[in-house]
Amino acid sequence: MAAEALKITIDRGPNAQGLQTEFEVPAQDNQTVLDVVSWIQQNADPTLSYRFACRVGMCGSCAMMVGGVPRWTCRTHISKVLDGNAVTIGPLRNLPVIKDLAVDMDPFFDKWVAAEGVHHGGLTRDDPIAVVDETAPARVEANAGIECINCSVCYAACDTVTGNADYLGPAALQRAWTLLNDAKDEGRVAILDAVSGNGGCHNCHSMGSCTAYCPNDLDPMSAIAGLKRETAKSFFKRGRR
Amino acid sequence: MTLRLYMLQRITALLMAPLVIGHLAVMIYAIQGGLSAAEILGRTQGSVLWFAFYGTFVAAVSIHGAIGLRTIAAEWGGLRGIAADALMWIVGLGLFVLGAQAVWAVTYP
Amino acid sequence: MSMTKGITSRAHPLWLAYILHRVSGLALALFLPLHFWVLAMAVSDPARLDGFLHLTEAAVVKVAEFGLVFLLAVHMFGGLRLMAMEWLPWTPPQKTLAAAATAVSFLIAVLFFMKAI
Ligand code: SF4
Ligand code: SF4
Ligand code: FES
Repeated sequence: MAAEALKITIDRGPNAQGLQTEFEVPAQDNQTVLDVVSWIQQNADPTLSYRFACRVGMCGSCAMMVGGVPRWTCRTHISKVLDGNAVTIGPLRNLPVIKDLAVDMDPFFDKWVAAEGVHHGGLTRDDPIAVVDETAPARVEANAGIECINCSVCYAACDTVTGNADYLGPAALQRAWTLLNDAKDEGRVAILDAVSGNGGCHNCHSMGSCTAYCPNDLDPMSAIAGLKRETAKSFFKRGRR
Repeated sequence: MTLRLYMLQRITALLMAPLVIGHLAVMIYAIQGGLSAAEILGRTQGSVLWFAFYGTFVAAVSIHGAIGLRTIAAEWGGLRGIAADALMWIVGLGLFVLGAQAVWAVTYP
Repeated sequence: MSMTKGITSRAHPLWLAYILHRVSGLALALFLPLHFWVLAMAVSDPARLDGFLHLTEAAVVKVAEFGLVFLLAVHMFGGLRLMAMEWLPWTPPQKTLAAAATAVSFLIAVLFFMKAI
């Protein structure tokens, strides 16, 4: 297969009129989608914009739509996504495109904060360090969701985000859920309020696209179900909104 | 979709689950030998029980359907804020009035 | 358009369960006013109601009725599945649940259809 050329189509968006969108890229035995995009930028069209940093699935900056599916490109082998020897690569769905394959991630991160996905500390430097019991059920729940790399793949996969610009989305809500279960976080009331509003967890239709496509095998859908349970309980207990 | 709408939709759904099963059972039973106005009225007319059954059903389905259509209009039709809420109320009240008329028509003694 | 873009990212059981639930709910909501209107004729115009009920003998209408019963069953079991999934703390067997809900609905609709003919 090393001698073949790959037919790569880059979806460069509406502002890219007149720019080249079809590229022939020499195939290699070991080649990721990110390698292919980099080859194009380095050898065919230096104006092509895209984003990456770590190349090992740690930083979450390289996600793109590959053949209509959101993926981390640095850890997706091109052979896995080729249709024949062709594939289309585009910018991540549900986020504003800055240029070519680079999207503006601000809405994604802003919602992270809007969902109270921030630490709510209750102790000061003078207090002793609280002991965390790794086997406590709440800790196990929290641990299930903390390896998120903020890649926005789930956010791009979610149709509810597409239909409702206010919806906080799977990653932000999952972080709210991990903090709710974190013994060191004191933001319970703030979190439950933040996820119960107009764009909150109750918009989620449990369609599971987030869970199906998360490259780290996380399960935002179930985390959001957890938020629905907790808010429903507080609805009965405290008659909260 | 706020927590309040979510809870209302789930509560009406739970309420309707047994009603739907009852309704399906009655339908499967009633269609044997064909349907007629006399046959339907013979079963339901003057019955407090059927009035309560279908009355509850209509009230629940009006709320449930209105919230559901509001969500669809928002996600697929781009309706926001007051427009979405207005649609929800119109659908809910409309369904309730039509449904109440139907219940009244078949259970009025 | 956003609705069609990225369609390949959706072909998995839970998404199919979601779209089935939404479409069945939408169809039921649109059918209800008609249903209520016809039944309200019991007082206003019994002869006309009988006329409508006679329609149910026709094969086309039978198939449409089968569709309605299926939609109702599918929406109910799909909804129960959703609530079980969200409120009872279990995780992976959700897909089986989705399939089972559809299967049971189909069964009920078939039963209805058999009785109708
Ligand atoms: S389960 Fe919820 S968050 Fe995940 S893709 Fe579906 S609607 Fe979006
Ligand atoms: S939950 Fe998964 S898909 Fe979503 S941002 Fe985190 S790592 Fe990426
Ligand atoms: S480049 Fe860092 S995750 Fe892909």
